[in-house]
Amino acid sequence: MNLEKVIFGFFIVLAATLNFGFFVGDIENPAHHDVYELFAALVVSLIATVLKFGDRTQIGAVHLSTSLVADLQLIAAAMVWGYAAHVGGGMSPEMTARVVSLSGGALFANVVSVIILIAETIMQRR
Amino acid sequence: MQQALARHHSIFLLILRRMRAPLILLIALFAIAVLGLTLVPGPVVDGQTSYLSFFHAFYFISYTATTIGFGEIPYTFSDQQRLWVIISIYLSVIGWAYTLGSVFNLLADRSLRQAIAMQGFVRAVRRLREPFYLVCGYGETGRLICDALDRMGLRVVVIEVDENKLGELDLHSYAADVPALCADAANPETLKFAGLTHPSCIGVIALTNDDATNLAIAIAARLLAPRVPALCRAERTATSANMASFGTRHILNPFERFSETLALSLHAPKASQLFGWLTGLPGSHVEQRRDPPRGNWIVCGHGRFGRLLVDAMDSEAVPVTIIDIDPKPDGIHRWVQGDGTGADALHEAGVLEATGIVCGTSSDVDNLSIAVTARELNKALFVILRQNHESNRALFEAFESDITVVPSRVIAHECIAILSTPLLAPFLDEIRRRDEEWCGELLHRLTHRLGWRVPQIRSQRINLSRAPALYRRLMRGETITLERLLRSPADRSMALDCEVLYLDRDDDDHVMTPAPDEKIRPGDELLFAGTRRALEDIDLIIANEHTLEYILTGRDLPGGRIWELLAQRRRKKSQPQLP
Repeated sequence: MNLEKVIFGFFIVLAATLNFGFFVGDIENPAHHDVYELFAALVVSLIATVLKFGDRTQIGAVHLSTSLVADLQLIAAAMVWGYAAHVGGGMSPEMTARVVSLSGGALFANVVSVIILIAETIMQRR
Repeated sequence: MQQALARHHSIFLLILRRMRAPLILLIALFAIAVLGLTLVPGPVVDGQTSYLSFFHAFYFISYTATTIGFGEIPYTFSDQQRLWVIISIYLSVIGWAYTLGSVFNLLADRSLRQAIAMQGFVRAVRRLREPFYLVCGYGETGRLICDALDRMGLRVVVIEVDENKLGELDLHSYAADVPALCADAANPETLKFAGLTHPSCIGVIALTNDDATNLAIAIAARLLAPRVPALCRAERTATSANMASFGTRHILNPFERFSETLALSLHAPKASQLFGWLTGLPGSHVEQRRDPPRGNWIVCGHGRFGRLLVDAMDSEAVPVTIIDIDPKPDGIHRWVQGDGTGADALHEAGVLEATGIVCGTSSDVDNLSIAVTARELNKALFVILRQNHESNRALFEAFESDITVVPSRVIAHECIAILSTPLLAPFLDEIRRRDEEWCGELLHRLTHRLGWRVPQIRSQRINLSRAPALYRRLMRGETITLERLLRSPADRSMALDCEVLYLDRDDDDHVMTPAPDEKIRPGDELLFAGTRRALEDIDLIIANEHTLEYILTGRDLPGGRIWELLAQRRRKKSQPQLP
């Protein structure tokens, strides 16, 4: 067992689960989507990205790119939320749907990340 | 190669990897501060406890953590919030300090700076489009050769293992940019980065002061770039034999070279003078020094240098007495135990009856001490001094020795001669084979015409790219002799101040010192010796149609298309065409 691998896997899976937690629920209903969960998902996703820095292998490169996609989507979601809550005058169902759908995109990227992680583990057969 | 490059020089990835920990710490601290700020109850507004939203919390922490500080928004903070802000400020200061510290540490990091320098070097070498020489070792010899190559307008790439020596390269002003790398040239990977396999690489020159490294360079050049000629320095006979075994093109052994020269000057002073005149530094005067006399010789120090000189004297049947700390009596020579710096050992070796002495130990101070003592005992002594370090030059110049052997300069001269005129080497080989009388005559003829100043030596091939005008004429079947060609472009009744020493025919045939009426054939390679001015004139004559016409016929060719057409018509009318 390798502590580095544990931390790495932990953050990738945690990013995906948090993202999923935020995503599930009625897409237009602000009550179903907790902004703290979005914050947690964003922070964990950023940390997961930094953990993937500097890996020279091909699979590491794909890991990094999926993570960057997830970050981008989550940052966009957070920005839309900030705009809606403070500039646009409250979370309307329309704005909620936008935020959630952006996080849905990030979820997809995170799922790809998890799949790569699993594939990598299976490939190594150790 | 590409893969190796990527593996070696992904600086960006290196930075990212090193920045992992500080970045994660920064993100975590930011997240904790922002999260905490949203959870801490704020002031009571309109009867309700207000909380900071993520938006405001992120805004606040961003400008607080970066020490910008705009004040408390949207309402003045409650004391609980202020308590948390105090904590977050100190947390974030730690985070930033650590991150910035890591960044500066990284930039000052030796391995990173090396990686950056390496990448710059590899890029510079890859972008070279002109022919260049790869010089390994930037010592005294390396500097002399780089200077000469730079003056010849050739590009140079330098590898040197000592950082201090490489620093001198920056101080030296070269006409062209010289990419340089601080690395061990014995590593084939390094040689590849330095352009050994680059299509524009026209030669490798191994001049490090370590024989093993030079050997490694020679074998790497032989295997990785067989078409690239290698010039390698070898100070041990075993090394040069080893290099010769796998076909190194030129092996430069300063002591061997000097002992050959000494042997030559012992049995053929004229040939030796001719040698000196041909291979000196262009423009310098050759002193008509006295030749090493035959008679009893004393050799101090039986090391690499001494041994070779003793061999050279043996082959000339000159009696030798050897002074060495550790005598190895061999029944042929007289051995004296001692170090030669004192008068006793010199007396015992018979310095009063000797005609010459070789001060050939590996210590400069010892050599000078021997020389001074010996001269005091016997004024007429012919002194050969070995100078090991360039820094002692002033001392050696102050003592008037007959010959001072400086290994670095011996190599540099030979190297430059080989590089600048490939045809000189076979010519010099021929001279060694000729007899003394022939050499004397040639020397007399050449110095009579060109003076005692070392001439410029250049080889020139008569082909379409180098000598288009002459080549076209020859291909049309015209007969041109050397005598007709070597005329001054200003006045064709005057001969040029230059001589053709050697003529190399396409079909492996050659002519030594061709006679004036020797016919030139297309594809010939000629070795010229002459003044700089004359060699420039030759370049003009063989390349320029108009000059060549004037030289051969005395007619000035009309320039321009229309005048050419008119002139052709006139000539056709006036000259009856032969069948």
